[in-house]
Amino acid sequence: MRKITSKLYIALVFLFLYAPIFVLIAYSFNESKSRTVWTGFTFDWYVKLFNNEVILKSLANTLIIALIAAVVSTILGTLAAIGIYNMKKWLRTAIVNITYIPIMNSEMVTGVSLMLLFVALNIDLGYFTLILAHITFCVPYVILNVLPKLRQMNHNLYDAALDLGCNPIQAFRHVIVPEIMPGIVTGFLMSLTYSIDDFIISYFTTGANSQTLPITIYSMTRRKVSPEVNALSAIIFVVVLLILLIMNFKDIRDSAPKKRRKGGAA
Amino acid sequence: MNKNKIIELKNITMEYDGEQILKGINLDIHDKEFVTLLGPSGCGKTTTLRIVGGFITPDSGDVFFGGKRVNDVPPYKRPVNTVFQKYALFPHLNVYENVAFGLRLKKVSEPEISRRVGEMLELVDLKGYDKRGVNQLSGGQQQRIAIARALINNPKVLLLDEPLGALDLKLRKEMQIELKKIQQRMEITFIYVTHDQEEALTMSDTVVVMKDGTIQQIGTPQDIYNEPVNSFVADFIGESNILPGIMHRDRLVEFAGNNFECVDGGFDPMEPVDVVIRPEDIKLTPASDDALNGVVENVTFKGVHYEIIVKAYSDTWMIHSTKAPNVGEVVGITLTPEDIHIMKKSEVKKVNYFKSDLTEGSDIEQKI
Repeated sequence: MRKITSKLYIALVFLFLYAPIFVLIAYSFNESKSRTVWTGFTFDWYVKLFNNEVILKSLANTLIIALIAAVVSTILGTLAAIGIYNMKKWLRTAIVNITYIPIMNSEMVTGVSLMLLFVALNIDLGYFTLILAHITFCVPYVILNVLPKLRQMNHNLYDAALDLGCNPIQAFRHVIVPEIMPGIVTGFLMSLTYSIDDFIISYFTTGANSQTLPITIYSMTRRKVSPEVNALSAIIFVVVLLILLIMNFKDIRDSAPKKRRKGGAA
Repeated sequence: MNKNKIIELKNITMEYDGEQILKGINLDIHDKEFVTLLGPSGCGKTTTLRIVGGFITPDSGDVFFGGKRVNDVPPYKRPVNTVFQKYALFPHLNVYENVAFGLRLKKVSEPEISRRVGEMLELVDLKGYDKRGVNQLSGGQQQRIAIARALINNPKVLLLDEPLGALDLKLRKEMQIELKKIQQRMEITFIYVTHDQEEALTMSDTVVVMKDGTIQQIGTPQDIYNEPVNSFVADFIGESNILPGIMHRDRLVEFAGNNFECVDGGFDPMEPVDVVIRPEDIKLTPASDDALNGVVENVTFKGVHYEIIVKAYSDTWMIHSTKAPNVGEVVGITLTPEDIHIMKKSEVKKVNYFKSDLTEGSDIEQKI
């Protein structure tokens, strides 16, 4: 009895979580523009979507900006984390707390203040300001993912590298980077995701020609929700789902051979 | 032993966070010597080792390698290699790549690397472990890889920072012998840091006893054990009975309520001293008027010998003997003059002694 109840509960939770998405996917194949009546199955909205220059352009914008912002913030964040790690304790604590502020801070405030700064500095709002803004909010995520990896690392590893003949740059490349790679990758992926997803900060810092996908979708839905948006959302959902599945399979594959080897040694 | 000085430390001082870690270290290390820096934690032994390795620069004083000042030479340009505490193997590389690390940086050819890694793994008895991940190895095996990784670079000096600290007792004893063998076979200098006095006595040619950032005594294991310069060394190396005494004149000391003949001299008449007696030097005899008599308080079996606690006069004695008296029995403590080591009181105790004797108006300034 208890088992059945708990299974039912889980089923309900998943239903509430995923029902909206399945409704959205279903309606992306609905012939009618209506959101309530089902009139027949069609791929039209997908065809229209791929002919919609505005959407395609903002998709390209989003991906390019996300990629640049993620790469730059990964490099900056990793270097910053190493710097913070080597600071004296009180200074390190202070800087880490400051690093949390952009994450805790309301995006509205970050967005408005960045916009004011760019205007004050006379920088035209557009690609450049968007990328700067995205880097600003991505760097803390990289720092906070890389720092724990540095702390977990045996702090003698760097000395050992120097001892065996590495100069500081070689030690960084051959020893430190491989050690903290998982943190760097997570930081990069988080930056990429947050950048693609961001609406509020982008909204304040974008120009007329550099609209990102979330902003375009928002302006489309303000007039009337076009089923093209449903189609687009369905595609995004499927892509994210695929990425998740691939990552999970990779995790399973990575951990499996280790277990096998351990068994062999015992 | 070849007596060429290979490393010299001159007046090294080091401060960290307002605390004086090293207070003027002077040390010569010779070619092919096995030197152990021995002391309790916080005595500055690891700091000294890290200064030799080049990982930290001393605040003042100089480090010489073969007569050349190397204060500003970074670790990767020094002819030394280190076996770190907890090994510090590179977890992302397998055994082969860990050992080959130093040679790869020197752009040694692939067949040469393969040959030398093979040799090294054979030396440390881990042939055939090439492809293992380092985290799949036991502590003892990781230790051996760390040694192989350091030795493959043909260092003139190998630095070892408490390398056996994480191993169990039996493995530690095996590795002690192994390390000594490796040192003799490779014919290089080892500088070894440990807080384990037995380890130091077993392996070393020279033991350097340190305390609070100063060197207390430098000598062979025999010197350090048999002729400790002060009560700290005596207490730290092996077990000792340390009793307060008064030197009446050369070769006559009073302690435990009796006068004893001894072999030391050179003290002021009636100078307060520390009397150090090794537990294994004391002979237990039947109680008699000629001996110092005491009551047995406790007897513990220690394997090779019994550890016997005897209360005599106002002191508690620790005695090692292969025969066990009964608890409560009255026994005689018999000492020969050679068993009694007289040491100057350490500075702190001296001050305390004079304080206790303070009377108003007495002229004590110059004594303190």
